[in-house]
Amino acid sequence: MTASTVEAAQAVVEPTRYWTRQRKVGVGLAAVGVLAALLFGALATGRKAEFTLAETISGSAVGINGTVGAVLFGAIAALAGAAMLVTAKRWFGWLLGVGIVATLISFLCWQLSQAPDNLNTIPLGSVARSSVTLALPLILGALAGVLCERSAVINVAIEGQFLMGAFAAAMFATLAGSVWVGILAAGVGGLIIALLLAVLAIRFLVDQVVLGVVLNVFALGLTGFLYEQLMAKDQTRFNQPTFVPEWDIPGLSDIPLIGPALFKGNIFLYGAIVLVVLIHVGLFYTRWGLRTRAVGEHPAAADTLGVKVLALRYRNVLVGGLVAGFGGAYFTLLSTTNFNKNMTSGLGFVALAALIFGRWSPIGATLAALFFGFCSALAFSLGSINSPIPSQFLNMLPYIATIVAVAGLVGRVRAPAADGTPYIKG
Amino acid sequence: MANDDISLTVEPGEIHALLGENGAGKSTLMNVLYGLLQPDEGQILVDDKPVRIQGPRDAIAAGIGMVHQHFMLVPVFTVAENVMLGAEQTTGGPIGFLDRRRARKLVREVSDRYRLAVDPDRTIEDLPVGVQQRVEIVKALTRDVDLLILDEPTAVLTPQETQDLLEVMRTLKAAGKSIVFITHKLKEVQAIADRITVIRRGRTVGTAAPDTSEEELASLMVGRSVLLRVDKGAAEPGAPVLEVAGLAVNDDRGHRAVDGVDLTVRAGEVLGIAGVQGNGQTELIEAIMGLRPVVAGDASLDGRPMRGLSTREILRAGVGYVPEDRSVDGLVKDFTVAENLVLDIYNTAPYGTRWVVRPEAIAESARARIEQFDVRTDASGGAAVGTLSGGNQQKVIVAREFSRPLKLFIAAQPTRGVDVGSIEFIHRQIVHERGEGTAVLLVSSELDEVLALADRVAVMYRGRVIAVVSPDTPREEIGLLMAGVTTTDVATAGAGTAKDGQPDD
Repeated sequence: MTASTVEAAQAVVEPTRYWTRQRKVGVGLAAVGVLAALLFGALATGRKAEFTLAETISGSAVGINGTVGAVLFGAIAALAGAAMLVTAKRWFGWLLGVGIVATLISFLCWQLSQAPDNLNTIPLGSVARSSVTLALPLILGALAGVLCERSAVINVAIEGQFLMGAFAAAMFATLAGSVWVGILAAGVGGLIIALLLAVLAIRFLVDQVVLGVVLNVFALGLTGFLYEQLMAKDQTRFNQPTFVPEWDIPGLSDIPLIGPALFKGNIFLYGAIVLVVLIHVGLFYTRWGLRTRAVGEHPAAADTLGVKVLALRYRNVLVGGLVAGFGGAYFTLLSTTNFNKNMTSGLGFVALAALIFGRWSPIGATLAALFFGFCSALAFSLGSINSPIPSQFLNMLPYIATIVAVAGLVGRVRAPAADGTPYIKG
Repeated sequence: MANDDISLTVEPGEIHALLGENGAGKSTLMNVLYGLLQPDEGQILVDDKPVRIQGPRDAIAAGIGMVHQHFMLVPVFTVAENVMLGAEQTTGGPIGFLDRRRARKLVREVSDRYRLAVDPDRTIEDLPVGVQQRVEIVKALTRDVDLLILDEPTAVLTPQETQDLLEVMRTLKAAGKSIVFITHKLKEVQAIADRITVIRRGRTVGTAAPDTSEEELASLMVGRSVLLRVDKGAAEPGAPVLEVAGLAVNDDRGHRAVDGVDLTVRAGEVLGIAGVQGNGQTELIEAIMGLRPVVAGDASLDGRPMRGLSTREILRAGVGYVPEDRSVDGLVKDFTVAENLVLDIYNTAPYGTRWVVRPEAIAESARARIEQFDVRTDASGGAAVGTLSGGNQQKVIVAREFSRPLKLFIAAQPTRGVDVGSIEFIHRQIVHERGEGTAVLLVSSELDEVLALADRVAVMYRGRVIAVVSPDTPREEIGLLMAGVTTTDVATAGAGTAKDGQPDD
């Protein structure tokens, strides 16, 4: 042991650079803050910008002079950025959060101050609620992705699983006259795509990205065909499901801001919350999770310890299909009540982006999905105050954020090491 | 057929060395024992009872554990997680919540009992290779195995880590465990084995006692008498050809891998770089070849700075290069032997122009090279290079690089995974090239190879050249240097033994 002891004693001191990631981000944030203060401050008018905590614009509101607000919150963002230069690492997350929120408020102060009278209020309760609602399919899709990719099968077919789920939900909920039958059918719809994905990727070693794209096209074609053949001909018989019931939680649903967002929910909201917790706990605290992660990182290691690599992958991909199919039902049982061709319009890929942005973790993916939902909700709100900014710009924000995240500018994003690699024994 | 009618008997409490060349079928045999491959014929007896081993789970149940040559550890997991995987300690119940506390305790117990100094809470990717190997051993021991198979365990270790490992093996033996020790290194076999079985081309060719001489073992292994030393005259160094000054290079993860290296290689001499893998040798060579960005410092060829030159310009300036990973960087596996022989010059006369290649010219030169370099393939060179054995693939690369006039020849791990016959051939070629007045820079993790070929030995440790010594320096001293202990430190190391038993890191 002599040599290793000496080696330990001689451990080379890593050279510490001044320009750590925190400091670089800090400078960036400070610059954004200053820019916000100057730009939004100059553009804002002296009229009031108001925020209410409720779901409507009536009720008690917090108001601030537009120019003052824009400059003040821009300055706060700049200070948060500057603070990153001198504070310890553990403050990084908080400061980044404060900086982003302050920049956002600065922006809203400008927007609201130039809105017509009676429209210069944003109901934050409503924004919160629609953020969560819009995030639901993304959360469920991303969870499906977590299940697959943690065991090293890339799932680009979330979009296809959504479509199949949405179609099956609409069709069978109408036929059976019950949304619950629809939800079950949606799970099976997602499962069908998952089964194809699993068999072709695991058994026949097809390139998983190509396979996912093909499965999406397949699902689009199949649901489109069935839509034309059945639904378009007889909407009332095949394509008229009802909304899922709303389940308010007494007491909790009256809390301002988070009450309507989290406790005036439905099967999708509560289902998503339960699944996030289950998958997080499962992945990091159970035997199944340890084996799943091992299979995703180093399948040969798991195999040499008697873990059945392929069986575990099949199981996880199939369960993922169920979850994504369930997420697909959202489109026909909650956001609308009928199926339409290509109605998921790429949200499956957004779920994939949330998965990556969230670093392949259930909680991270959920937060990313919520952020994406928030951006969409905000775009809606700005539309309703006659903002001169085209809503498409805000709708672009999530994807720019994803590109930034994936490019590694917000910390290292590391996929499971074996992700996308089929396992061949020997 | 990788194994043909092999018989092997291991007694309890015995260290049984399995000796054979690369590709002789040692690993295949062990994979059969461990259930990763199924035998076509024959049977396995444990305690005189026949067992069927259809997978690793059966092997473990039969009391057989294995430490693979490439570690089977999940890099992002902790030691305890790696050890528990597959046989998880849980709090019971159908869900199977992990009981990490119990797993950690078990790792500590086993680690203490066999003096392995493994900390259950460290993450694998942060641990040095020697410790990772001990984690593998802990993994097997927690599964109550009686027979432990170690597949080429010393390939990645420093000489000192190797001594530690041999010590661990003695402890295990004293505790009544049997060990199969697979290797091609004769010295280690002599140091530790109770019995030696030699296999060649998939057959057992004999058993030997540990006091058998190195020459005898080598000839058993290869099937004819082998020259263990390279025949070479004294070097006649000329003017400096490659000069490296203050070179700093980062690895793929952005960490400093080469940290201020100064080197000079003269015409007509071989400078060997010794060092344990992963101490910056790879990055150093890649930087010189223009394959990796240089952070600071410079390299010059015949006084002309190389920084900023493309790899092709460097090759055309008279540098020959045998890359470390031949199947990825050295050859295009699906191309034919003939095509691979002109990868560097396919667009120059007579093989082609900017726009076209001339297959006849390429085939013609291939015939000559295949003959000259004794490449065992069809004479026209029409076979895909990936179908050749490791040794013959390497000869293709060497043939290609030596067919240009060279000033400098850089060889990284030129004989890794190559059979003894090809090793001798490649070594003779390198010595011959030195005699022609070429400067040779040789990197090898096999200390024997460096000592046999080099006229001067530079030892790299953690990105620095910590000493340049003569190849006549005692092996022990070079071994210590490879572990980062410079001469002044050796005294300290002796005094530092009191710290033994601490977890290494």
